Amino acid sequence: MAELIATPAVTGLPLTIGSVRLAAFDPGPVTAIAPYPGRDLSPVLRFPAPGEVIEEGARRLIWAGRGMAFLTGGPAPDLGGLAAVTDQSDGWVWVTLEGRDVPAVLARLCPLDLRAAAFPVGTSARSVLQHLSVLLIRTGPEAFQIAAYRSMAGTLLHDLSGAMKAVAARAAL
Amino acid sequence: MRIPCPCCGPRDRREFTYYGASVFLDRPAPDAGLEAWDAYLHLRENPAGVTRDLWYHDPCQSWLEVERNTVTHEILSVCPVAEARA
Repeated sequence: MAELIATPAVTGLPLTIGSVRLAAFDPGPVTAIAPYPGRDLSPVLRFPAPGEVIEEGARRLIWAGRGMAFLTGGPAPDLGGLAAVTDQSDGWVWVTLEGRDVPAVLARLCPLDLRAAAFPVGTSARSVLQHLSVLLIRTGPEAFQIAAYRSMAGTLLHDLSGAMKAVAARAAL
Repeated sequence: MRIPCPCCGPRDRREFTYYGASVFLDRPAPDAGLEAWDAYLHLRENPAGVTRDLWYHDPCQSWLEVERNTVTHEILSVCPVAEARA
């Protein structure tokens, strides 16, 4: 049996520039749940509405796109015949972005309305970060978790650190 | 320009990919004849005014049929293709 070595998707983290800290985040196993058309999952689990993040203890069910949710922090229930259930743990890279100037950093990259009224704490959104398709979860007024395709980890880091440097440079003027 | 995604709410144009006129959904029958297929593949209206076209919302992976005005940039209606053609 081959010995498999786990390697991090990103290196050089955590990174603090100005008031913003970018760090790697390990959500543990990630399972995508995509209900089959017309199937009702409610006897087994409540499927999140667009933007909803359902937290039950350590378990999180995160809305991650049209007809798709990511389950983290626990094993997937048996959804045989109801939904397509796939392991996405190795498919995505996750980072946290925290600090006073986080809205200014994201505003340079992402067209989302980041005001608290439009994007409240404890909700998720799919959007773009420059040219990357990402999943954003707001964990605090100035704190986000960001998930992108693992193959794009370098680009994610490049875009975020570039915007962090630009915001910090502007603040230092 | 902003397009109201039925799933995500109003979103910037940068999140969308344009696919062309919505007549692309009206695929002729295989035996409809050369003329119908030629029109389906190659002929498109270019109206100054109301038009219907297809947009893909990349982040949430929805195909949308959007009715909009090319003169005023007004978005008149948005419907997910999965529902419109179900």
